[in-house]
Amino acid sequence: MELLSGADMIARFLQDEGIEYIYGYPGGAALHIYDALFRQDKVKHILVRHEQAATHAADGYARASGKPGCVLVTSGPGATNAVTGIATAYMDSIPMVVLCGQVASHLIGEDAFQETDIVGVTRPIVKHSFSIRHPADIPEVLKKAFYLAATGRPGPVVVDIPKDMTAPTERYEYIYPKKVKMRSYNPVTRGHTGQIKKAVELMLKAKRPVFYTGGGVVTGKASEGLTDLVKQLGYPITTTLMGIGSYPQSDRQCLGWLGMHGSYESNMAMHHADLIIAIGARFDDRVTNNTSKFCPTAKIIHVDVDPSSISKTVRADVPIVGPASSVINEMISLVQGNAVANPEALTEWWETIDGWRADREGKLYERSGPGEILKPQEVVEALCRVTRGEAYVTTDVGQHQMFAAQYYKFDKPNRLITSGGLGTMGFGFPAAMGIKQNFPEDDVVCVTGEGSFQMMMQELSTCKQYGVGVKIVNLNNASLGMVRQWQDLNYKSRHAHSYMESLPDFHMLIEAYGFTAITVNTLDELEPALERAFANKHELVFLDVKVDPFEHVYPMQVPLGAMRDMLLSKTERT
Amino acid sequence: MRHIISILMENEPGALSRVVGLFSQRNFNIETLNVAPTEDPSLSRLTVTTVGDDRVIEQITKHLNKLVDVVKLVDLTEGNHIERELMLVKVKALGAARDEVKRTVDIFRAQVVDVTPSLYTVQITGDAGKLDAFLQAMAPVGILEVARTGVSGIARGDKVLSL
Repeated sequence: MELLSGADMIARFLQDEGIEYIYGYPGGAALHIYDALFRQDKVKHILVRHEQAATHAADGYARASGKPGCVLVTSGPGATNAVTGIATAYMDSIPMVVLCGQVASHLIGEDAFQETDIVGVTRPIVKHSFSIRHPADIPEVLKKAFYLAATGRPGPVVVDIPKDMTAPTERYEYIYPKKVKMRSYNPVTRGHTGQIKKAVELMLKAKRPVFYTGGGVVTGKASEGLTDLVKQLGYPITTTLMGIGSYPQSDRQCLGWLGMHGSYESNMAMHHADLIIAIGARFDDRVTNNTSKFCPTAKIIHVDVDPSSISKTVRADVPIVGPASSVINEMISLVQGNAVANPEALTEWWETIDGWRADREGKLYERSGPGEILKPQEVVEALCRVTRGEAYVTTDVGQHQMFAAQYYKFDKPNRLITSGGLGTMGFGFPAAMGIKQNFPEDDVVCVTGEGSFQMMMQELSTCKQYGVGVKIVNLNNASLGMVRQWQDLNYKSRHAHSYMESLPDFHMLIEAYGFTAITVNTLDELEPALERAFANKHELVFLDVKVDPFEHVYPMQVPLGAMRDMLLSKTERT
Repeated sequence: MRHIISILMENEPGALSRVVGLFSQRNFNIETLNVAPTEDPSLSRLTVTTVGDDRVIEQITKHLNKLVDVVKLVDLTEGNHIERELMLVKVKALGAARDEVKRTVDIFRAQVVDVTPSLYTVQITGDAGKLDAFLQAMAPVGILEVARTGVSGIARGDKVLSL
């Protein structure tokens, strides 16, 4: 029998659970745990420069790898700094376990130094949370935390650990719990066969079908199955921002992504469809626009592992509660050997869609002329060429995020890493850091803007400490582009606090950390600069690319309109 | 429409706040709330009455079921059920009104459980409508204090909410 202190149990559990990296920042209430981590070398702790970055780094890792990320912070401010990152993971259903130090049990409730009720603070933004009441409970609670985080609809789990629970003097028996059972938590493992049959019947009979798939296909590791199913049927597919790459974007059947800034053909196809096959998507407001005008002629099949996502904003005709992978596999076996009932209608449907495609071909944005300031879209297209469309691309939030999603072509899932639900500025750089550490041989690039980057740029120091060779493409328009765009459209171009006064000299800033910075002003400088940046996989390079501050993201759905109601440029609308 | 939802949940610290927090977080409404441990000390039974259309009630039950602490739940209003609430009321009982109060208490099949020279403390059980009616009847005499438990309920017949 092995006797361990609570702190050693935590270190040992993380080893046994196969956790390689834990992101965190020490402080009083977490010091016993830090001491235990110091006395072992299997779990590597990465010291960030702000707890929010720890959560984003763990989140980035989780998105890229499909495994839970792990974070360790101290009580009070350490834990509250992590809140934004926890909410980010919650909104995008990302598996993450956040271990928070807490003041000793006898001090709880006394407004002790660095005391915050973090279980209370995070309650609406976690899948579940635990408070450790006895050191002997630690292995089981941690096992439950990782199990909950990673299964069903994944999400962040907070574990609050009062300091006395980790005291080195108190030792208890440690056994790694291989399995865990919770009577109140039994995530569904397959969909209802009758419902799936009903869905497939509708699918085979449809005349104007569209697949609409989301992040659930990515987190549910169902991309291969989805690709099979869609190819077998020959139907068009559009994905959400979170679902990008779950079906190869270079394939003809892929219409791109949909919603507020989605492609013209995606939104048009959705509006005119007679059947929508939604898998792992949640009909959120950035997709549906006005739900009362949403897809007026369509029947809706909705597959989701979380029953509360079904019929939340848009009523489903055929609801199927189940994990994307198993439901898709059942659908494939039912579709096999069955021809679609209306091949002529399908041909006609594709002709219509190809017509929409042709309408916008070559009109997506105006390229820069010789000697003119670069367009942000051009930069993303060049980035895609230079990295052969194979990089992990993280983004922050705003115009650059939309441009990255629109103009980088993703053929694999887990490659676009972006804060879709919460829309967290500052997410991209630490997320890239977390990915690069775990995938050192891959290209990892953060497409950002000078506004977002400044929210988390202290992590340059972390990258320096651990030699993290991420690339940063700063689409520098010296303004908060998306805010500015809305102000142009809705506030008669009154740019209230949407410009960035007193930007730092990014060149000097980056060099101060010992990294390479390249400033790009013109088109002919662009690709050589990108080639140079990606020449060495292990070197952090920052590209400060000056781009047009007047550019807008289009298409853009008209507020309160239907899917098809879009602004297509500054002068055109549907 | 008004619904009575009964929940069996883990009798653990924080479980109640998750249920209550869910209602405010998702903009659902709570009319009454009642919670106590069951014969199995590891389980609490919580009963909440809420108002909403079918879509809202569907969302409420789905979100409640999603909470890790919630083991099982039932919407009692979906079938025949018994609904009870207990109320303690202090009413003025002076002069001629003293007899009148006692008569009303008897009519409602309530009980006087404490007496002072100037007031009666009345205990009454029933559904919410009966309790409201009693309060209405007592209003002219003078209600000094009201303590209501909130609705508790159970299904009629063989249906049982248990693990």
